[in-house]
Amino acid sequence: MIRRGLPLLGPACVAGYLLTAVLAPLLIPAGRLDPVRATGPPLTPPSYRFPLGTDSAGRSVLELTLCGSRWSLLIGVTATVLAVGLGAAIALASGHFGGPGGAVLDRVVEWFVILPQLPFAVALGGVLAPGALPVLLAIAVTSWAGVARVVRAAVLAVEAEPYLERVRALGAGHVHQLRHHVLPAVRPVVLATASLTLANAVLTETTLSFLGLGDPTRVSWGSVLHDAAVTGAVTAGAWWCLLPPGLALIVLVLGFEASARLIGSIPDGRVR
Amino acid sequence: MARASRWVGTAVARLLPVLLLGFVLFRLLPGDPALALTRGRPATADQLAATRHALGLDRPLVTQFVRYLGAVLRGDLGESFEYHRPVWRVLAGGLGPTLLLAGTATVFAAAIGIATGARAGWRPGGRTDKLSTGTALTLWATPTFWLGLVLLVALGVGAGPLPGLFPVAGMRSAVPGAGPPWPALDVAWHLVLPVATLTAVQYAQYHLIMRASLAAQRGAPYLTLARAKGLRDAGVRDRHAVPNALLPTITVLLLNIGVVVSGTVAVEVVFSWPGLGYLAFHALDVPDLPVLHGAFLLLSAGVVTTTMVADAVARRFDPRLRPP
Amino acid sequence: MTAADLRLQDLSVTYRGARGPVPAVRSVTLAIAAGAPVGLAGESGSGKSTIAHAVLRLLPPGTELTGQILLDGEDVVTMGWGRLRAVRWAGAAIVFQGALHALNPIRRVVDQVAEPVLIHSAGTTHRQARDRAAEMLSRVGLPAGTSARYPHQLSGGQRQLALIAMAMVCSPRFVIADEPTSAVDTVTRARVVRLLTATAAEQDIGLLLISHDLTLLTTACTRLAVMYAGRVIEHGPTADLASAPRHPYTAALLAAAPAVGDPAARYRPRGLPGDPPDPTALPPGCAFQPRCPRATAACATTDVELRADGPARRTACLHPGPAT
Repeated sequence: MIRRGLPLLGPACVAGYLLTAVLAPLLIPAGRLDPVRATGPPLTPPSYRFPLGTDSAGRSVLELTLCGSRWSLLIGVTATVLAVGLGAAIALASGHFGGPGGAVLDRVVEWFVILPQLPFAVALGGVLAPGALPVLLAIAVTSWAGVARVVRAAVLAVEAEPYLERVRALGAGHVHQLRHHVLPAVRPVVLATASLTLANAVLTETTLSFLGLGDPTRVSWGSVLHDAAVTGAVTAGAWWCLLPPGLALIVLVLGFEASARLIGSIPDGRVR
Repeated sequence: MARASRWVGTAVARLLPVLLLGFVLFRLLPGDPALALTRGRPATADQLAATRHALGLDRPLVTQFVRYLGAVLRGDLGESFEYHRPVWRVLAGGLGPTLLLAGTATVFAAAIGIATGARAGWRPGGRTDKLSTGTALTLWATPTFWLGLVLLVALGVGAGPLPGLFPVAGMRSAVPGAGPPWPALDVAWHLVLPVATLTAVQYAQYHLIMRASLAAQRGAPYLTLARAKGLRDAGVRDRHAVPNALLPTITVLLLNIGVVVSGTVAVEVVFSWPGLGYLAFHALDVPDLPVLHGAFLLLSAGVVTTTMVADAVARRFDPRLRPP
Repeated sequence: MTAADLRLQDLSVTYRGARGPVPAVRSVTLAIAAGAPVGLAGESGSGKSTIAHAVLRLLPPGTELTGQILLDGEDVVTMGWGRLRAVRWAGAAIVFQGALHALNPIRRVVDQVAEPVLIHSAGTTHRQARDRAAEMLSRVGLPAGTSARYPHQLSGGQRQLALIAMAMVCSPRFVIADEPTSAVDTVTRARVVRLLTATAAEQDIGLLLISHDLTLLTTACTRLAVMYAGRVIEHGPTADLASAPRHPYTAALLAAAPAVGDPAARYRPRGLPGDPPDPTALPPGCAFQPRCPRATAACATTDVELRADGPARRTACLHPGPAT
């Protein structure tokens, strides 16, 4: 029974995080996280009152970690929706219609695939003010091409199926073909890729917030780590500021990846 | 000769979008440079127009782009706002450290990842596989900068029972004599934590891909033949299965070269390793746009070039891809 | 030196399937001696290939192997790993079906043929091994350039000849050819069989030829054994067996091969209704009974063993006799 339930650990974990993100403001009023109004002694190791210690401003690291997921998930989901939406649309267009237009689209995809994420984000950070926008753009622009590539391969596999030829022979238009045949067949691939893209998006958002490129008014795991580095908590050896946000992020990412594997293994599409 | 010119042509074609992106980001987005130049000082409309004409900003966009291309290909990336020196000079100093860090880490990551991946893929589902693949997956899910911070605190600063053995910043000891005697050894000592961080996260790629690649070879008839010849199990794996599994591994890894560059940038920032990523990051403070621009171009061009080199290497090693 | 002698005594092989044990070979007793090639015939799934793999213990882990395989008196089933590895190829070699992936795709043909020499003759240099391999390749009739080629550059027939060269390179006492002509065009088929029988005769090698093509076996072998559902159901001298089969299945197999030049053969009904049984769901009693024209009530309940049926002939049937 336990073995049967093990693959569900991924989605269960993700659901847990989403639940925490939604419920957190109910349990922890926003004011408590304001550095100006923090009540605890700064940089204290874990104790009974502060189970995960305090940061340099005296805020509880536990509360910061619990609330930090909200912003990271919000940005991550938004960026993923953009990237997957764009990537899947382009993949469907180039895979289904093909032709010279499809070839051009494929070229464009290839250009964006090799664009390195962090250098591009840093470049954006210099040109746009730090905030949600450069982070969103950086993630979406560097992720959509990877999605497009994977989905295109799946679309091509479906297009080669004999039953699609029959559907065309019966006079079905493009919209019908796409909606009733191609899309359902590639849905598992799109979902699995979306899960992986989301994992990467949350990782990148945290990194960018750590580098100071994110919205400075928002609490996220990255911003907690940024504060820890900038205020010298790191050089003082305050490991309790470091471990919780990072470990929380790792578990969430593993949850997304496990979910992606689970979606991929459902014998609906031939994703494997 | 024809092949070389074809290769150059592909290189230029691949680099063009990077250059275009650089142009859009750093020439178009930041707004009117004429205004930026005359920042703080009152200027009449005529003076602004004259400045724009001098900078060539009143020409059509295409012409501007062509002039931009010419400048970049000549190596003229402008002058750094902060250092007031040519950008390429500023960046040239960072190229070496970045290559040292990224190159060393890639070599280690590939060696470790391919070895562990091969063993895991040879007996999928076994105990070795579960343990090593679980570790690899977890490290792959770890943010590179965070792992760097953890190693920094644990082994650099020292926390709790762990001693602070390694330096926490830079490439060389600030005070001569504080570190190992010889300069090369001093650099190596400073290189340990950054390379360890980058390797730990990157090796997982090689492990996972090699594992899948090798598992796909199992059951192939030529492996039964190899066993029938009297080879030991490890011999069948290492002399027959692994070489065949390496080719798809290399091919898939071509796609992930950008990830190495991103990881390098993060590590350089955390450990203050004076490479291109570190320079770019600190250029954000001013913001020193010419340096940012140059670093972006260099790093992206590096990814494109490495991709092409790896592609050529793969072709050389797979006899099936060579022309008959 | 005593004559080469390979005996399978009561050999049974049961695979570990996903849904339970799969008895692929059931109590097979067979003897092969030098100078008298034995042919093993049967449909796919009858267990013929399993026997080939069993002789050198090349079966997947978890497979149950009972009975004895006496290779010149030594039992392969109970051999230690070290001795087994030494016996593989140098004692008995297998000529596999020459499909595309029977050979390692990324190594040159000559290196693959040379490999067993290096494994089994300690002290041989690479050059010596390669020379011997090249010599073998030309002896089987392959043109000089073949050595340096890769498997995908060879035709199916050439690959098969290369596999034969590989099998002979360590001068084994026994050669088992598993479907040596299935991947080969009709013209080369005869050449392959001739090569095998001629080499076996001239070097005193015990030859076991496995094929679903009965006509092929009748031209090359001294004795024939016919398999059905994991058992040998008829065994005897080729000429006798081919002209006067005693088991209804053998008769059906022979009848299924059209006789060239016989106009009446075109109109004779051929083939047997039904399919071979699923090894995981064998019928009680004789496995052939559901398709047998001669079946009686006793056949459904009694599982028949091979029993003597005339001079040098054995048949596993309750009602052996000429075809009606």
